[in-house]
Amino acid sequence: MNMIVSISQPWPWYVAGPIIGLTVPALLILGNKNFGISSSFRHVCASCFPNGIEFFKYEWQKERWVWIFIVGIIIGAWIASAYLQNPNEIVLNPTLKNELSQYGITDYSNAYLPIQIFTWHSVFSIKLLILTVIGGLLVGFGTRYADGCTSGHSIMGLSALNWPSLVATIFFMLGGLVAANFIIPYILSL
Amino acid sequence: MSKDILNKRVEDASNKTLYNKITFGDLIKFGIVGVVFGIVFVKAEIISWFRIQEMFRFQSFHMYGIIGSAVIVGMISVWLINTFNIKTIDGEKIKINKKPFTLGTIIGGFLFGIGWAITGACPGPIFAQIGTGATVIILTVISAIAGTWLYGLVRHKIPH
Repeated sequence: MNMIVSISQPWPWYVAGPIIGLTVPALLILGNKNFGISSSFRHVCASCFPNGIEFFKYEWQKERWVWIFIVGIIIGAWIASAYLQNPNEIVLNPTLKNELSQYGITDYSNAYLPIQIFTWHSVFSIKLLILTVIGGLLVGFGTRYADGCTSGHSIMGLSALNWPSLVATIFFMLGGLVAANFIIPYILSL
Repeated sequence: MSKDILNKRVEDASNKTLYNKITFGDLIKFGIVGVVFGIVFVKAEIISWFRIQEMFRFQSFHMYGIIGSAVIVGMISVWLINTFNIKTIDGEKIKINKKPFTLGTIIGGFLFGIGWAITGACPGPIFAQIGTGATVIILTVISAIAGTWLYGLVRHKIPH
């Protein structure tokens, strides 16, 4: 019982980080796969609508493992949120909560997303569309242009001491800093 | 007879490299690693839009601790694999890809960073958010696929 109670609490960084780090050797040893998730978007393009584009002509069939991995992530997330749910409200820095309340974000019943914005009910709201559609376009375009995301560059690339991955990670952080401090406040006040 | 078997083997081997069919073993291996990953993403609140806002405002150490300790464990693992020449479970030599530096590392990296903060998720957590029941995030996934496609389309026209 105590086990379940403590497992349902949010896991600290020193538990989560090392497990994520172990994904690198796990994928290498189990299947000689380099950890990376954003390439899955490319494989979808290559398999479904290559449209004669050079960038989508490659043996995507060899990369189908990443889709299995992603289905696993979705199932894992479902298990954790359905059966290991933290009964308490997410603990956040009060400064952030204070700032978000200025934009009307006050509902923390969903720990993962500001549910007042991220809901199908506001599918025609400009805020939701910017946060999902524009955000998604930037994630898709940016990760391919940079040749990797947080997993491929920041975890896998840094683990392999690949210096371009350090440059990529620095610019991921810079982009995020600019967006969180200057762009998002503007979007949320729309 | 033995020639037939040999031909069959060659054919099987080439099928494997050409189509690389997904085997039951693959489903189990990558599926389980994915499930563990998904659980950790949710339980450590890595998929939380709020945690990402905290990180980029330097209001919490949580995400830095996660990324930092993950990288340290990853580095030690890669070092061990290289030093002891550890093979895969199928006995293959482990191959680690080196990503090259281009202008895209900078520009693309910056653009992705903006997207990461706005969506509150990098590609792995995007899928995990859907797993928690936030189906509206399908919009983010479709857009990310569209963004990738757009990159493929204009790839030769942008600096690298």
